[in-house]
Amino acid sequence: MLPGQFVEVRVDGSSETFLRRPISINMLDRSTNELWLLVHTVGAGTRALAQLKEGAVVNVVLPLGNGFTLPENNLQNDNSDGGRYLLVGGGVGTAPLLYLGKELAARGSRPVFLLGGRSAGDLLQLDDFRQYGDVYLTTEDGSAGERGFVTQHSLWQQSGGYARICTCGPKPMMVAVARLAREKEISCEASLENLMACGLGACLCCVEDTTEGHVCVCKDGPVFNIDKLKW
Amino acid sequence: MADLSVNIGNLGLKNPVMTASGTFGYGLEFADFVDLNRLGGIIVKGTTLEPRQGNAYPRMAETAHGMLNCVGLQNKGVDYFCEHIYPEVRKMDTAILVNVSGNSPESYAECARRIAALDDIPAIELNISCPNVKQGGMAFGVTCEGAASVVRAVRAVYPKTLIVKLSPNVTSIADIARAVEAEGADAVSLINTLMGMAIDAEKRCPVLSIGTGGLSGPAVKPVALRMVWQVYDAVKIPIVGLGGIMNATDAVEFMLAGATAVEIGTANFIDPSVTMKVIDGIEDYLQRHNFASVRDLVGAAH
Repeated sequence: MLPGQFVEVRVDGSSETFLRRPISINMLDRSTNELWLLVHTVGAGTRALAQLKEGAVVNVVLPLGNGFTLPENNLQNDNSDGGRYLLVGGGVGTAPLLYLGKELAARGSRPVFLLGGRSAGDLLQLDDFRQYGDVYLTTEDGSAGERGFVTQHSLWQQSGGYARICTCGPKPMMVAVARLAREKEISCEASLENLMACGLGACLCCVEDTTEGHVCVCKDGPVFNIDKLKW
Repeated sequence: MADLSVNIGNLGLKNPVMTASGTFGYGLEFADFVDLNRLGGIIVKGTTLEPRQGNAYPRMAETAHGMLNCVGLQNKGVDYFCEHIYPEVRKMDTAILVNVSGNSPESYAECARRIAALDDIPAIELNISCPNVKQGGMAFGVTCEGAASVVRAVRAVYPKTLIVKLSPNVTSIADIARAVEAEGADAVSLINTLMGMAIDAEKRCPVLSIGTGGLSGPAVKPVALRMVWQVYDAVKIPIVGLGGIMNATDAVEFMLAGATAVEIGTANFIDPSVTMKVIDGIEDYLQRHNFASVRDLVGAAH
């Protein structure tokens, strides 16, 4: 299973919920046989998932999608300015970046996390993130980190580039991150979360209009190099 | 063990369970979940003469016990299918049918003619009922004359088994079924999706990019069942029933209403291996009720 891939969870016990819910892999630990999903309660489906009790059995299809591009070579100790990954997340979009950070750290590259939320309470799992990299924060109300959006953080003023930027979060945030990446000529990948049904590339509901036409976010994504997106 | 085989015109199926067009890709997408060779048939994605980009996103909305879609026949065109998809799908040991769509009787016929040349495609399903395209599609399926004109054009060039997929968005589906039977259709399949829409109350606008879409899933099953029942009384050709089948009991109900075979559609999204469970369940039903053949169920509730 690769960071950036997702699962489709069947939601039982909610009569309003018909389709599976696509949720990104937050963390995978093969030593403890654990897979974490970070569920943001937004509607009936996620509410039912959030109410699951410990020990409940859930029906999950996994792993789905492509995942972020990991470094080809082991980056042991290459923590120079140009060799690091910058992982930019907003809201619940921070979820897949934790597992991505773990996998990068396992390859000897300590990533930089730039995480944003509306307020301090939206910024979750910070201790987990700090295990794997350096963490910088923004909040819209200034209750944690710098006030503003992730794209306004002072980190962007610093000289030196990154090997790659990986981003996941609300679309306007990712579009803004992509613009900064282009300005700085840094390769950038974004994880999209279009509405999905099948998750297998069959129903063609979740398409994104790309330079190659309509492609399925569930199968050809959810991670896309921004050069392929019409942003 | 009961005999599961059925015939749709000259097309023999090892069992009555097929997958509905647009819900199962080309089958290969489901290879991890399903023994594709166990299926009665696979009806591959709607194919048109020219490539189509389909409609803009968003194309899907979840509804109570179902979903709306307005994909709009996105496909790479019949020539791409013949060159790139056919060599792969022909390897499967199941009936591979192509769902054919168009925007004029001539374009339907030309698409069907090219597929007729493929030895291992024994049948097509003629889609005169797609609610999500501006030109053609459902426009042909909602009048007897329109439906007849497409079937006539295709029948003239397509000698193999011709199944015509009917729209439920009509006053009398039995009349349409009679019209296509009169033009030489070998079978009818029903129902395509019911036209519907969803509105986002917070944003005060339609959810789907083109406003309306086709409703599928268990929400439409009672409508589909009623229509199969009515068409069974109206025509002599076999019926392929679909619309919200989620399990073997649903499939049996469609057969009792008059369907010779069934298609599983939206249920594949909820459980990618559902087709296997439906086949097993039908077998179990036949055994419990001492039927020698699944064909004994067809129309048995009438």
